[in-house]
Amino acid sequence: MKDWRYWLAEQRGTLLAFGIFIVMFVIYTSNHPAGFTANVVQTASNKGVLLAFVAMAQTLVVITAGIDLSVGMIFTLTNCLASWLVIGTGVETAFGVVAVLGTGLLCGAINGAIVIYGRLQPIVATIATGAVYFGIALLLRPFPGGSVNEDLADALTGRVFGVVPASLVVLLAVVLVVWVPFSRSVLGRAAYAAGSSEMAAYMSGVPIRRGKFAAYALAGLLAAIGGLFLTFFTYTGDAAYASGNAYTLFSIAAVVLGGVSLFGGKGSAIGAIFGALAFRTIGDLLFVFDFDPLWQPLFQGVILLVAVSLGAFALFRVRNRLEWFL
Amino acid sequence: MDGMVPLFRMEGISKRYGGVRALEKAELSVSSGSIHAILGENGAGKSTLIKVMAGVVAPDEGRMTLDGGEVTFASPGAANKAGIVCIFQELSLVPELSVADNIVISDPPKRFGMIDRKAQRRIAEEALARAGAADIHPLALVKDLPLSRRQMVEIAKALARKPRILILDEATSALTATDVAKIFSVLKRLRSEGLALLYISHRMNEIAELADHCTVFRNGRNVASYPAGSKSDNEVVELMIGREYSHIFPPKPAAVPATAAPRLEARKLSWADRLHDISLTVRAGEVVGLGGLDGQGQRELLLAFFGVLRGLSGQILIDGKPAAIASPSAARDDHIGMALIPEDRKTEGLMLPMTVRENLSFAALDRLSKAGIIDRAAEQRLIDDMVGLLAIKTAGLDIPVGALSGGNQQKVVIAKWLMRQPRIILLNDPTRGIDVGTKQELYQLMRKLADTGAAILFYSTDYDELIGCCDRVLVLYDGAVKRELVGAEITERALISSALNIHGEESPVGLGADA
Repeated sequence: MKDWRYWLAEQRGTLLAFGIFIVMFVIYTSNHPAGFTANVVQTASNKGVLLAFVAMAQTLVVITAGIDLSVGMIFTLTNCLASWLVIGTGVETAFGVVAVLGTGLLCGAINGAIVIYGRLQPIVATIATGAVYFGIALLLRPFPGGSVNEDLADALTGRVFGVVPASLVVLLAVVLVVWVPFSRSVLGRAAYAAGSSEMAAYMSGVPIRRGKFAAYALAGLLAAIGGLFLTFFTYTGDAAYASGNAYTLFSIAAVVLGGVSLFGGKGSAIGAIFGALAFRTIGDLLFVFDFDPLWQPLFQGVILLVAVSLGAFALFRVRNRLEWFL
Repeated sequence: MDGMVPLFRMEGISKRYGGVRALEKAELSVSSGSIHAILGENGAGKSTLIKVMAGVVAPDEGRMTLDGGEVTFASPGAANKAGIVCIFQELSLVPELSVADNIVISDPPKRFGMIDRKAQRRIAEEALARAGAADIHPLALVKDLPLSRRQMVEIAKALARKPRILILDEATSALTATDVAKIFSVLKRLRSEGLALLYISHRMNEIAELADHCTVFRNGRNVASYPAGSKSDNEVVELMIGREYSHIFPPKPAAVPATAAPRLEARKLSWADRLHDISLTVRAGEVVGLGGLDGQGQRELLLAFFGVLRGLSGQILIDGKPAAIASPSAARDDHIGMALIPEDRKTEGLMLPMTVRENLSFAALDRLSKAGIIDRAAEQRLIDDMVGLLAIKTAGLDIPVGALSGGNQQKVVIAKWLMRQPRIILLNDPTRGIDVGTKQELYQLMRKLADTGAAILFYSTDYDELIGCCDRVLVLYDGAVKRELVGAEITERALISSALNIHGEESPVGLGADA
């Protein structure tokens, strides 16, 4: 086989998610009253990147064969924190951003430490830490409120050169600065190896613990970037329980749509980003087709089921039934 | 060895697991430029010894020296750094990563802090070429490769780490004959390059061909150490098992008359491009062997009978009547009564974390229950019978089956199916990686089952087993039956020549006389 075929096989999930997103987005914009304009793209992008950041966070943990049910709560906590700190002069704002991102990183690191060194199941550990993070968020913002440096907020949610949505540029930058180095580093390789076969990885002398720890910690950081952006869009902090939980669950949906295997060891954050954007577009589609918004959850669920089933079609071609279980 | 300072020495190494002594004051010394064979039954302490060397297990007492200085290894990574690399029996490859990723996994080449993919590709290609496996594409995912190719990748991976001491633990068990020959020449070259090699195998002929020095382990102690070739096979085997080693195969009874009705029959069975027009019969009371090189469709044939494969063409007949076997659960139904002892007991045969009792009952639960409720007393009676019949050594029925030794695990797999009193028994290389004593018990059991009326189809990669156990042997080549050997025709020579599809005549492609 030629090299490109192996590459194609590896990127299949990502390409499929990209395809699904493009098809949905084309349907959306072609039926939008305003059509494919910079404004429409900017709005869609601003809504989409929030889930994209949280989905990236989820990807890192899912790759290690874990799951992070606290990403939505880190997202909420950092939103509340940003509504206190990211304000004032340039220096004060910069300090605030660093503090918010640092908090996210710390939350992720705590998750990682509990799962790796405390040897707790990721699902249980992150339900517990998620509740703690939400508790802190609630103490910070018992009622929605606060404010944010509006110049920065407007710059990052506006457009670059009048066309390109700034939020998309930030998303790309985060991919280049966080995801690409991680996926190509020894730690990233260790995270994949631990997710695919932890025993084999251990036997091969792979730094499993450091790899997994890095994945959890960076997941916290990515969720915090999402929380920061939420503040930029809303100008406020809001400890909303339902919204935090929805982001956690949608991030898992986005990750699966993006071709990341929940069994670990396989997939890419780029696939998860397209999964997130596609998932967001489902809601927008309802809007352009004048559906009652009440239909949105049902419709999202159906689309998710269909999309995930696409990946299962390969099972019909299997001629040796033992391959079902691989 | 004489006068030379050993490269690596282990002295007084002991290790206990709970109450079980795995190693008791074991000694070993390894020199550069030699191949050192370790022999012993399963449970003799070989695996533990290697795990201590490779940093997987910490010894309770004893010391290790490398180049004369004392060393301890906290992890496999630490042992690797010291130049000790082990190829484990259980493969240590990460399935979702590519071949190249796996080969460099312990110490990937880096550039600007990231993995240098070009350098990685180059290292992988070199290592694969050194292992004689240049046909494997470095970008292929390990999970897509068959077992024998994976083992070659494992060897390439070990070589890429530039070891000083290379340990091979049953590293050839899944390899085809061609690959074994390649690996042997690689190992001999490594020896001449000054590496120390430790070679663990149950195959005496491999040890005879490779080893310079042998050490025999029994009950956690090294009982003998001698230059290779200074003891006969029989002497060695006696050292290993500590008892007279004779009558390993039970006597064969008179042949079942060819006129007897077949219990299991296949007519022109074909599947995908792996099985081609296979026709065969197995009568009650017969042990029919499947021979040939590994991977010629034997496994698929057994799976076809057992209802695992879809899109099968041809016919399967049970007691002369066509049968549609749609799934393993249909195959085991009483009117067919089929059992399959799978190749990989750890994934297809057992649920390792579950107890011995639970594992034993799985296949027979429907027979032991009324209206969905398990009859515990009946279950216990049947389990007691089986544990007695197969002499399964276990500390209790309620311990995880994963805690048993390999041979006893395999007995549990077999017992599980015997609880249904199957009429047709398919065995897929059941003795791979188990010790001589257990093998002998299995041979006798197989014959006993045939004598009590079962029809047995038995695939083995070990020619001695086929010769010793089978009434007839069908040799497969490229998914088709190339030859049927009956009674006295079953000889090593006939098996090998038909396995290579040369059939006693001059081979048109010139396979050479080395076979």
